[in-house]
Amino acid sequence: MNSMVDVLVIGGGVAGMEAAGQLARSGYSVILAEKEPLTGGHLKNWYHLFPDRRDGNEVGEYLDNLVKNKNIEIRNNTCITGITGRKGKFTATASDGQVVEAEAVIVATGFDLFDSRRKEEYGYGIYPNVITSADLEKMFRNGSVKLADGGVPARIGFIHCVGSRDEKVGNLYCSKLCCITAVKQAMEVHEKISGVKTFCFYMDMRMGGAYYEEIYREAQEKYGVSFIRGKVSEVSQGYNGRLVIKAEDTLAGRPLRMELDMVVLMAGMEMSDAGEILAGKSSLRRGENRFFSTADNHTASNRSNMKGVFYAGTCTAPMNITESISHARAAVTEVVSYLREKKQRDE
Amino acid sequence: MKDFDIFVLPFNTGLYFILIYCVVRCVIWFRQLSRADKLRLQRGFFGRAFGQSLKEIFMESLIHRRILKSKPVLGYMHMSLAFGWFLLILFGTIEADIFGAKHLNPPYRAIFFRFFNPDHGTTGLTRIWSFWMDLLLAFILSGLLLAVIKRFIPGVVGMKKTTRHKPADRIALTALWLIFPSRLLAESFTCGAHGSGSFLTGTTGAWLASFLPAETLAYPFWWLYSLSLGVFFILLPVTRYMHIPTELFLIFMRNSGISTGDKTGTFSEVQIHSCSSCGMCIDACQMNFVTGIRYMQPVYLHRSIRNDEDITEIAHDCLMCGRCEEVCPVGIEISAVRMIQRRNKTGEPLVKNNWMGYFRNRNNVGSEKSDTGQVYNLRNGREVKQADVIYFAGCMTHLTPGIKEAMMKIFRASGEKVWFMDEEGGACCGRPLMLAGNDREARELINYNSEIIRKSGAKTLVTSCPICYNVFRDSYYLEAEVMHHTEYLKHLIDDGNLRFNYSGRKVVYHDPCELGRIAGIYDAPREVLSWVADLHEIPEREEKGLCCGGSLGNLILNPSKKAAIASDAVKRLTRNNPEMIVTSCPLCKKTFSQVSHVKVSDIAEVTADEIAAVQVRKPRRPASVSLKVMVKQLLE
Amino acid sequence: MNKFGFTLSVPRVIDYDKNDRSVADLIAAKEPTFRLCIECGTCAATCTAGNFTDFSLREINVLLRRGENEAAAEKINRCMLCGKCILVCPRGVNTRNVLFIARETLSKTNGHERL
Ligand code: SF4
Ligand code: SF4
Ligand code: SF4
Ligand code: SF4
Ligand code: SF4
Repeated sequence: MNSMVDVLVIGGGVAGMEAAGQLARSGYSVILAEKEPLTGGHLKNWYHLFPDRRDGNEVGEYLDNLVKNKNIEIRNNTCITGITGRKGKFTATASDGQVVEAEAVIVATGFDLFDSRRKEEYGYGIYPNVITSADLEKMFRNGSVKLADGGVPARIGFIHCVGSRDEKVGNLYCSKLCCITAVKQAMEVHEKISGVKTFCFYMDMRMGGAYYEEIYREAQEKYGVSFIRGKVSEVSQGYNGRLVIKAEDTLAGRPLRMELDMVVLMAGMEMSDAGEILAGKSSLRRGENRFFSTADNHTASNRSNMKGVFYAGTCTAPMNITESISHARAAVTEVVSYLREKKQRDE
Repeated sequence: MKDFDIFVLPFNTGLYFILIYCVVRCVIWFRQLSRADKLRLQRGFFGRAFGQSLKEIFMESLIHRRILKSKPVLGYMHMSLAFGWFLLILFGTIEADIFGAKHLNPPYRAIFFRFFNPDHGTTGLTRIWSFWMDLLLAFILSGLLLAVIKRFIPGVVGMKKTTRHKPADRIALTALWLIFPSRLLAESFTCGAHGSGSFLTGTTGAWLASFLPAETLAYPFWWLYSLSLGVFFILLPVTRYMHIPTELFLIFMRNSGISTGDKTGTFSEVQIHSCSSCGMCIDACQMNFVTGIRYMQPVYLHRSIRNDEDITEIAHDCLMCGRCEEVCPVGIEISAVRMIQRRNKTGEPLVKNNWMGYFRNRNNVGSEKSDTGQVYNLRNGREVKQADVIYFAGCMTHLTPGIKEAMMKIFRASGEKVWFMDEEGGACCGRPLMLAGNDREARELINYNSEIIRKSGAKTLVTSCPICYNVFRDSYYLEAEVMHHTEYLKHLIDDGNLRFNYSGRKVVYHDPCELGRIAGIYDAPREVLSWVADLHEIPEREEKGLCCGGSLGNLILNPSKKAAIASDAVKRLTRNNPEMIVTSCPLCKKTFSQVSHVKVSDIAEVTADEIAAVQVRKPRRPASVSLKVMVKQLLE
Repeated sequence: MNKFGFTLSVPRVIDYDKNDRSVADLIAAKEPTFRLCIECGTCAATCTAGNFTDFSLREINVLLRRGENEAAAEKINRCMLCGKCILVCPRGVNTRNVLFIARETLSKTNGHERL
C-alpha cells in the first residue's frame, strides 16, 4: 500500500488524535497510524481524571469525534518503525511492511508506564496485592477494589516515585503526574470502600497544576488521607499474608513499619518502546532522559532535529492530558506554517 | 694470558654485595617468622616440598610457564631473559671451568671469559661450544628487544598497559638493558680483533673490525659490561627487580605450607617484594578495562607499600573480586595482602623502609587501641525457634523478595523443618565490616548471630547470599553445616527430595565472585541448573568469571562506575542471546537487574518455578537417607 | 561551642553561622555524591543497623551538612556497612563511602578516638 498525504501522525493517543483532528479540520489530509487495534492510548485505561475527577471517557469521546473526519485515515495495528526523507517528502515504513508517504510528520508516540517489576524490592509480580496505579484504575473501571483473594482492603499504601526520580533505574526525572494521581486515587478508594485507611509515602508532594493543591487539601480534610514523608525501601509479606512496608518517617526521624492490605505503586512515565524503535531507525535525537529532544526547550518545543518532523505530547517529556492537548495544538500550528511556506516555495 | 683486570671490580663488588645481602635478608625474614612457620619452613626445606619448590622455580621463575600460557609473547620475553641468562651463566661457568686456564675459577672468569680467552673457540668442540654460547646470547637479546618494544608500545606483547617506574627502577632498568648489548659489543670487538667467535659475535666482530679499531674499542665495552652488571646488582634490593631473588624464597615458603594470615609479617613482605610488576593483574581488572581506573591494582598497591606511600585509598578502592589473584603468575595471595592493609587503621605504613630502602622495619607506631566498648549493643531478646534447618536470607536478599519467596517454596517442597531466622530483618553477617578491615565490630555481629544459630539447634544453616556464606563458613564457629542455597538444592536433588520439570530455556550462568573464586563453588550451581534449563557457557566463567560491579568489597567506587562495570558484564554474558541470566547472589541479581535488558534471575527462582508435582526419584544416597525419603513418600 | 557537649544540654537552635561545616565540605570533596542526598530516608528505612539502634544515615547526612558534627559523631559508628542503602538510594549517593570518610574525619577532629 502506497499513499501520499499531507501529514502522517504517528501514535493515536491523546496528542496524536488531537493533532490529527485539528489538522483535518483545517483541511489537511492525514494518516493516523496507531500500533494498537484501537486509538485512545493510555486514556482508554483511565477511570477518572484529575483534578476535577471527571470521567475519562468524556475526553475519549471528544477525541473520537474529533478524528471522525473524512480527511483522516486511521490505520490501526500499524507500528511505524522508521522515517526517512527530507524537505517535505518523508517515507515512513511500518513493521508490517506498509509504506506511507507524507509531506510532514508529527511524532506522537507517547510514553510507556515504567515496568514496576524492575523495582524488585517492592514485590510487584511477586506479591499479588502489590499493584500499580494503572491496575487500580482498571479496578475502578470494573467497579470494585478487591484484594487478590476477593477480600476488601482495609489499609492501602501508595508509594510515590516508582521508576521516576530514581538513579537506580536510570530515570532521573520527575513524571509530574503521579503525585496528583496518588491523591486522586486515594480519594477514590475512600469513595469505593468506606472506612478504608490510606497512606501516601512521598519524597516531595509535587502539586504544581491548576487545582492540584486544592484536591490535596480535600484529600486530607474530607477523606483523612495520611501523607508520610519518606520513601518506602521495601515491601514484604508477613506470616498473616499482609504486606509489610518499611520506610523512614523522616519528619519524625524514626523508622516506620506498617502492615497494609494493598500497596499501589505510582509507576512513572518512560520513553515508549515504539518511540525507541523509531529513534533507532531515524535520525531523531533523544535527550538524556531518553525522550525525544526538542529543538528548543522554550520556543520550539514541537520541532525536532529533522525539518518537517514535529513532536506532540509525552514523547518529549511527561505531561498531563491538558498539556498533551495544548502541545498537540501547538504542533499543528507549526505543521500548518511549515506546509504553507513549503507550498509558497514550490510555486 | 691475563688472570685479572681492573675492570672486573664493579662486577665483583656488585656480585658479592648482592650475595651477602640476600643471605642477610633471608636470615632476617626467617627470624621474623612465627614459630610455627619456622618449623614449617624447616620441614619443607628438608622434606618433599624441596623438590616441589625446585620444580616450581624452574617452571615459573625461569620458564615462566604461567605467563607463557596466557600471553605467549610476554612469556617468551620473560623466559628469554630469565632462562637465557641462567643458561648463559651455567654454560659460561662450565666453559670457564673446562677451557679456562684453571679449574674452579672466580665467577668473573666465567662472565668475562672471552676477555681472558680471546682466541678461544676456533677449533673442534670449542667451536660448537662458542656457537651455543652465541645462540644463548641471541636468545636473550631477542627477549630484550621485546622488552624495549614493550616499554614503548605495550600492545605488541599482549599487554594493554605497562606499569610506571620510580627513578631507582629506571637506573636499574637502564643498567639491565645495557648488560647484554654491551656484552655483545665487547665480545664482538675482542673476537673481531682475534678472529674468533661464532655466528653472532664472530660475524659482528669481523664486520666491526673491518672499519673500526677493534682491539682498542673492546676494552671500554668490557668496562661498560662490568659496570652495568655491578650497578644492577647494587641497586637490585631497592628496585622492583628484587622480585628475582625473593620469588625463590617465596616459592620455598609457599610449598612449606606457609600462608599470608591476617597480620603483616615475613610472608606478606616477601610476597610484596616478589611482585615482578608484570602487569597481568592490570589487564585482568575490570576497574581498569571497563572504567579506566588504573592506580589501585595489585601491582601499584605492592609498589606503593614498598615505597612507604599512603595506601589507604588504594587499599580500599578494589572490588576484592579476586580476578587478579587468579592470573598472577607469581601466585601472590593478593586479596589477603590487601586485607592486611585494610585492617591497618593507623594511617601509617605497617612496615617502613630503612637504610635507604635496603632494609625494612616493622612500624610500631599506634597499633589499634583495644577499645573495649561495644559499638552495637545488640541485645539478645529475640525469639529463637527450634528447627533442623535454619535459613538466613541475608541483608541483600531482603531487597530481592523473588529469591526469598522462591526459597520458601523450595523449603515447603523439601518437607524439612525450617526456621527463617532473619525474616523480619536480622543483624548483618559481619563480612562487609571484615572487608572494610573492621574485624572487632564484625566480631560483635558474629557473636550475636552465632548465639541465635546455636540456640535453634539447627543442623544445617542455609543462606542465599554468598557473602554471608563465606563468613559463616570461615569466621563463625558453628556446629551446623553451612550451605549456600545452590549446595542445598544440589543436596535435595541428590537425596531425591526434589524433582524438576525441564524447561529447556536457554540460560547463561554468572559465577558470583563470592561463591566462585572465593568459596570455590562452581559445580553445584551448574548441576542444579542443568536439571531445569539449557545452560550455555561463556568464556568468562568459573575462575575467569566477571564481577558484577556491585561488590561490597569496594567502599569507594561510586554507583555510576559500578553500573558501568555491570553493563559491561551483562554485555559479555548476553553475547549469545540467552533468554535469561542466572546467578546465585542477591547482590549480583540486583546489580545486573538495574542495567540489563535480559531477565536476571537467581538459581533459586529458576528452580522453584520448575518444581515437579510428583517427588519420585530413585534415591542415590546411603540407606539411612533413602529410608527417610521412603517414609516421607509413604506418609504423603 | 557548648563545652559540656550534647549530654548536658542540647542547644535547641542550629547555629548555622557558628557551626563548623568543614567536615561536610571535606566529605563532599572526596565523595561528590554526598551533595546529592535529598533526605528521602530510603537508606534509613532499609538500614540493617537502624533495625537495632537509633541510627539513620539520612539523619547523619543532614547533621553533617548543618555542621552538627558532635551529634553525628555520636551515632556514626553504628553502621554495619552492609551496603543495603547503596542499593536503594534514589540519588545514587555512595553511602558507604560517605560514612567511611565521615568516620575517619570525625574520629580525627572530634576527639572521638577510634584509632
Ligand atoms: S510526580 Fe510525584 S510521584 Fe511522580 S515522580 Fe514526581 S514527585 Fe514522584
Ligand atoms: S601482582 Fe602478580 S600479576 Fe600483578 S604485577 Fe605483581 S606479579 Fe604481576
Ligand atoms: S580484586 Fe578485582 S578489582 Fe581488585 S585489583 Fe584485583 S581484579 Fe581489580
Ligand atoms: S537514600 Fe540517598 S538520598 Fe535518600 S536520604 Fe539516604 S542518602 Fe539521602
Ligand atoms: S551500610 Fe550502614 S547505613 Fe547502609 S544500610 Fe547497612 S547498616 Fe545501614
